[in-house]
Amino acid sequence: MDSRRAPRTVSDPKVRKVGFFTAPPDRSLPGPPDHRIFSFLTSPPPVVDNSSPSAGNSLSPVMIPPPRHSSANLSPLRRDSAEYFPPSASPTSPASFSDDVAAAAMGRGAVAASSSLPGGLGFDIAALKSAASSVPASGLTTVSVVNNFPIGISEKGGGVAVEMQNDQSTRYKSLKEKTTKAERRALQEAQRAAKAAAKAEGGTTPAAASGAAASVTMKSTKSVKPPPSLKNDSATVAASEKKGGDRPPEKDRKKEVPQPRMQYDDKSRVEKAKRRAVVKQTEARNRVELFRHLPQYERGTQLPELESKLFELDPMHPAVYKVGLQYLSGDICGGNARCIAMLQAFQEAIKDYSTPPEKTLARDLTAKIGSYVSFLIECRPLSISMGNAIRFLKNRIAKLPLSLSEMEAKTNLHSDIDRFINEKIILADKVIVKHAVTKISDGDVLLTYGSSSAVEMVLLHAHELGKQFRVVVVDSRPKLEGQLLLRRLVGKGINCTYTHINAISYIMHEVTRVFLGASSVLSNGTVYSRVGTACVAMVAHSFHVPVLVCCEAYKFHERVQLDSICSNELGDPDVISKVRGREDINFLDGSSNSAILQLLNLIYDATPSDYVSMIITDYGMVGCSTHECTCHSTRISKRTLVDIDGMQMDHQASPRFLTMLISVFWEQ
Amino acid sequence: MDFQVVVLAGGTCKKLLPLVSKDVPKALLPVANRPVLSYVLEQLELSNLKDLIVVVEGEDAALCVGGWISNAYVDRLHVKVAVVPEDVGTAGALRAIAHHLTTSDILVVSGDLVSDIPPGALAAVHRQHDAVVTTMLCSAPVSGPTESVSSGGKDKIKKPRRYNIIGLDPTKQFLLHVATGAEVEKDIRIQKSILRAVDQMEIRADLVDAHMYAFKRSILQEVLDEKDKFRSLKEDILPYLVRSQLKSEVLLNGVPQAENGNEKVNSQNNQAAVSRILANASTPSFHDLYASSNKGSTLVRRTHKCCAYIASESKYCQRLNSIQAFSDINRDVIGDDSHLSGYSFSAHNNIIHPSAQLGSRTTVGPHCMLWEGSQMGDKCSVKRSVIGRHCRIGSSVKVVNSVIMDHVTIGDGCSIQGSVICSNAQLQERSVLKDCQVGAGFVITACSEHKGESMARK
Repeated sequence: MDSRRAPRTVSDPKVRKVGFFTAPPDRSLPGPPDHRIFSFLTSPPPVVDNSSPSAGNSLSPVMIPPPRHSSANLSPLRRDSAEYFPPSASPTSPASFSDDVAAAAMGRGAVAASSSLPGGLGFDIAALKSAASSVPASGLTTVSVVNNFPIGISEKGGGVAVEMQNDQSTRYKSLKEKTTKAERRALQEAQRAAKAAAKAEGGTTPAAASGAAASVTMKSTKSVKPPPSLKNDSATVAASEKKGGDRPPEKDRKKEVPQPRMQYDDKSRVEKAKRRAVVKQTEARNRVELFRHLPQYERGTQLPELESKLFELDPMHPAVYKVGLQYLSGDICGGNARCIAMLQAFQEAIKDYSTPPEKTLARDLTAKIGSYVSFLIECRPLSISMGNAIRFLKNRIAKLPLSLSEMEAKTNLHSDIDRFINEKIILADKVIVKHAVTKISDGDVLLTYGSSSAVEMVLLHAHELGKQFRVVVVDSRPKLEGQLLLRRLVGKGINCTYTHINAISYIMHEVTRVFLGASSVLSNGTVYSRVGTACVAMVAHSFHVPVLVCCEAYKFHERVQLDSICSNELGDPDVISKVRGREDINFLDGSSNSAILQLLNLIYDATPSDYVSMIITDYGMVGCSTHECTCHSTRISKRTLVDIDGMQMDHQASPRFLTMLISVFWEQ
Repeated sequence: MDFQVVVLAGGTCKKLLPLVSKDVPKALLPVANRPVLSYVLEQLELSNLKDLIVVVEGEDAALCVGGWISNAYVDRLHVKVAVVPEDVGTAGALRAIAHHLTTSDILVVSGDLVSDIPPGALAAVHRQHDAVVTTMLCSAPVSGPTESVSSGGKDKIKKPRRYNIIGLDPTKQFLLHVATGAEVEKDIRIQKSILRAVDQMEIRADLVDAHMYAFKRSILQEVLDEKDKFRSLKEDILPYLVRSQLKSEVLLNGVPQAENGNEKVNSQNNQAAVSRILANASTPSFHDLYASSNKGSTLVRRTHKCCAYIASESKYCQRLNSIQAFSDINRDVIGDDSHLSGYSFSAHNNIIHPSAQLGSRTTVGPHCMLWEGSQMGDKCSVKRSVIGRHCRIGSSVKVVNSVIMDHVTIGDGCSIQGSVICSNAQLQERSVLKDCQVGAGFVITACSEHKGESMARK
């Protein structure tokens, strides 16, 4: 849904004012945020309101995520980033740059070596065949050898290539970290000047400094691309760093636009990605125009393909493989569970890992994890929480002291992952529960949508505390995950009402609080969550029911997203066209392949912060009083942190509040 | 991939007499001129499973099989051959090699399986559900043994045989009931508890157990140790595991809990929270629902999962466990499912080795195979048959729907239909064979006529 348009209509001060004054007091939140709400309400300066569109405009260059582009306008962007690489590498140590080339060459050499091996084997067998031709069937079986080995070779080659690429990407990152910001910028300027000069000379290939350099840079961009979310992360680290200072000049800002994630409507890139892919996926034919940039595959074909290749994916650790399968078949869903499952699989993989000779643990393991991650992405796009967890893990690996033995390093990582799961997820949930329970009072009617693990814990804990409340579980097709939640809640003896999202406007009358889970909270306060959440939040908002979002801090992300189009996930379209167990109403059966029928099964949507009264995280509760947005340029600026770690920090928050929260979180 | 593969190659199977002999154990019976075992081994090799244990019954057979493997697969596969005494059964064979098994999961494949189903699919299902046992089910042989011999008129009256009776849950992932062997003919007895837990069970008689299993090693070994009466995987162990899936007696997850014993309560709580989040997020199978359904009592019901992988209809899957199956498989491998054989067929859909000699006006029809050094006289006709190496076939011989192994001599004017003739056999002039099996080295006198007989040297 278009979240950009919606706030505007609501942001009319008059409407808002009326709404909030007529709101019954028992529905607004108790405690400090309340006061803040009212204090702002009494003084809505209309002058500032006028400034809001312009502010929105000035923000947009940063906020609007990479545009959907055809390959034509994509190429300059790519060229930019391609050139970004050599400057950062060359100044610190030109030697390392040439090293890179050498490494690449060596990598290729390794491929050649590995491919020569099976050839040798083939000779052996040929010799053997001639030797043992009298033995029955030996002559025949060699036929299949010829069939078999090319597969092995190509796989081996692919594996090496992937590792090589990952190696390079890590090196690229580390180099980037080493150089200071100023240095980098100077280099960029120099590079740009050089490029301009080259262009002036009329070279058809503007970036062709030398053949080798060009090929390396191309490689580097390529290698950086594959894990899209990670790429974004690394790029946005730099971006957030910048945000503190004054607004950077236009062209610099352009640099900091995060590398676009894979745009699936760009044919050439999709082709490239496909060649790398472990899981062969056939793309769905009829995709909705607006969502062509997102990956969508024929669900039916993936699983058998992957299954049959179980033993052929040599480098894949069984635990990772299992998790991938479970993602693909939908056996595990939900942000926390997916993240935990992935981390535990990595734990297993690290336990069984041993550094190959002539490699360092830090780099090889990072590459390994990278390949696992790209496998998991092929099974299902990563959630933001998983991206954060992976970033954490890679960070940990990079920071391992070199003096550690392999064994120690592995146990270190093992306990690091354990710590992450315990602190960032389990303990975070406990803290959230502690906070959220204070918002539940006797006689409340709580509404929840879907099945959020955090919300479930809140409800159960409140029930254990003996609070008297009723729960309305709102659910939606096709997943109907609310039923599972309902089953568990009823099992615990909680009074529940179950309804579908169609009836949300009817049931909302009796609700006093809405508790929602989130897949992620973005730095403009947008809540990225299960599709339908936005709808629930909006209805609640129009009924003046406070909406509380429970989200662990590890799910926060610096990205800014205004709509749910540019970044989303497409589910299996068949699930919405067919109703399982109801053969009699499958009217779409024959027509699902028709060219004029397009099915859209979105997984997530973005809820604008206007509709969220409060975000409950493990660092405290962030109140978003919606009306404040009207009078200030950025919505974030008006957020208030109620308490951090129990401390009552009830003051006007600094402009980048959530961003700060995120950086606090990552520095720990 | 953390799977150990055990290939049960069997010994000299009684059911296949007179085709098998001391020199040719069941595993080495030629299917389209390749030992049947090679089909399994190559399928495994394709899946990158190169570390195998081949279990053979009987010393002699083991020597033969071992010799053949070492010749054919040196440098390609890492094969260990284990010898077990004859008649220990499949369970006994596993029991004998149990101490060699180390990985967490084990893939057990029958050596007589001719199939193009990737074993990875089975393993993936096994892994995905964390099952105790996963079995491969395939649809019963399509053309069926009955109509395979086109001229076998009396066979046609027989009803198609039922091999297994299998109960599945509505999602077709879990195995709820298995009846094999003699039980198939009896009444079906289904446990109430299972039926109550699942609500709905699908009973299928058109599926066959393909004898490819994935087991959880710890469970398998425990069952093997405790139930020393169990002889067969298919008839004892699998039904036992399926029967007891809701009141599991086997130890599950015993090990990890012991490890955590001395850790703090706090971390255990966290672990519980982790597992709860994971459990809540996944779609519960009926096992989970059943286990959690008895509130009140402190006793936790222990369950384990028995999964089934149902191969798609387009895949070929058949076991060479009877003479009938032997002819069927030979027919299919050179016929409709020729991709299994690994040979490239000529434009006429047959294979004639360049060194084979054909007399004038001799026709070799489609779906035939004529191997190296064989000679045929004039006016012969071969249809849908396999002829091995160095056979000498006289003039005016008709071969239809038959398998002729190596070094067979066939006199002029013979007619062979639907028969299997083993190596070194000799057919003198004008003998007529119909649906017969001729053992190795047997001599059939001139002008004799046989129908539906099985002949072997005493």
